[in-house]
Amino acid sequence: MAWQWFHRLGSPRWFYQKTNVWLPWLALASVVLLSVGTVWGLGFAPEDAKQGNSYRIIFIHVPAAFLALAGYYIMAISGAIGLIWKMKLSFAVMRAAAPIGAVLTFISLFTGAVWGKPTWGTYWVWDARITSMLILLFLYIGVMALSQAVSREQVADKASALLALVGTVNIPIIYKSVDWWFTLHQPATIRLTESSSIDPSMFYPLLTMIIGFYCMYAWTLLTHTRALLLRREVRTQWAQQELAGGK
Amino acid sequence: MSSVDVQPPVSEARTSPGFVALFRIEMLLALRKRADIANPLLFFVTVLALLPLGVGPEPDLLAKMAPGMIWVMALLATMLSQESLFRGDFEDGTLEQLTLLPQPLYFAVLAKSLVHWVATGLPLALLSPLLALMLNLPVEGYLCLFISLFLGTASLSLIGAIGAALTVALRRPGLLLALIVMPLYVPVLIFGTGAVQAAIDGYAYSAQLAILAALLAAAAALAPLAAAGAIRISLDN
Repeated sequence: MAWQWFHRLGSPRWFYQKTNVWLPWLALASVVLLSVGTVWGLGFAPEDAKQGNSYRIIFIHVPAAFLALAGYYIMAISGAIGLIWKMKLSFAVMRAAAPIGAVLTFISLFTGAVWGKPTWGTYWVWDARITSMLILLFLYIGVMALSQAVSREQVADKASALLALVGTVNIPIIYKSVDWWFTLHQPATIRLTESSSIDPSMFYPLLTMIIGFYCMYAWTLLTHTRALLLRREVRTQWAQQELAGGK
Repeated sequence: MSSVDVQPPVSEARTSPGFVALFRIEMLLALRKRADIANPLLFFVTVLALLPLGVGPEPDLLAKMAPGMIWVMALLATMLSQESLFRGDFEDGTLEQLTLLPQPLYFAVLAKSLVHWVATGLPLALLSPLLALMLNLPVEGYLCLFISLFLGTASLSLIGAIGAALTVALRRPGLLLALIVMPLYVPVLIFGTGAVQAAIDGYAYSAQLAILAALLAAAAALAPLAAAGAIRISLDN
């Protein structure tokens, strides 16, 4: 019994104090990588032969889209860990990941629309990728709405974790079905340039941005999770101490 | 529902008798509440009647929109009726009794989803040729529309059960249920309308129907599991 009490309480506390050390490094890494990547990508990378300067939005668009997808899996996997091992910490990670992922999905959709106007001549195309990203946004919003609607935190955690898992099963099906639907209705006149065919002079700043976005994601996720943990554990001694410590 | 016999747990839980009994009870309940069967159908017809009023009565335009509109309306009718799937049982405590049965909750959810489909999806599919006629759908699409709705609405009932189970403890789940369930409906909608479109255009549509059947098989295997888990979570509330 005593051990169980320790385990339940110990995990968030251990995480909180451990990440105290990581946060400054992650912040530093994301600031450096993002500023280097932005200046390199927007200022120094060569112009695209066909699209001119408008292609430069990929330095934000592609990393955001990467993390919007990866973020969903992070959310769903931590939800699954929470459902299986009943870990408080992983539920907090899941809850923190939902709004971040939704924002990133929105950024990738928005930048895609801005990019689409000069290159495709329209803000919106019902392309397979765009459509599945839009549905991904709805999945994120569904998870967030459900977790807000249920008043008891523990029930909200479990319910939104289950919904996130159901969504995980669906994402590949949705992607494939939308892809199939698109190819049936209109031939592939528009293709996003694949990253494998990208020139190294454009690829390296892009890679810098992607790593920078990953660092920023980790940083934001940790900060969110820590805030959530503090709020949930506010009655415990360690949280009181952290709050009193003037952090 | 109060007369469900709670048998003592046996080592080898018999699944089929429980399933059949539950199916029979649910079916009886559905038949006694005729309005609940009629309402989704009336919704389906009413909203479809609004379409020509909205876009104009040109036959060509209506024919072009018919497969998609019929499918979207069938989807909405299914979803709106799903809100009450577990509600009554939750409020009078039957849902808790069902979780105590020696049979897995999976079969109870499967039985309820199946009854929901018989009460809403099947009538919608049967009614669809009439609406297709009103919307000037080419004759080649009729059979395909019926089969695709027949298969697809069953998947919708099963998938929607997950959303209904997740929101059963909430006071007013209506819009939230839609928000949760809609993205999960996308594949069924795409293949359903795709099949009808292919049939109208004179192509073979058996592939789309096979995929719809595959989605149904997957939904029948997985969705009740997820919904059963969601019921257990909601009952914790």
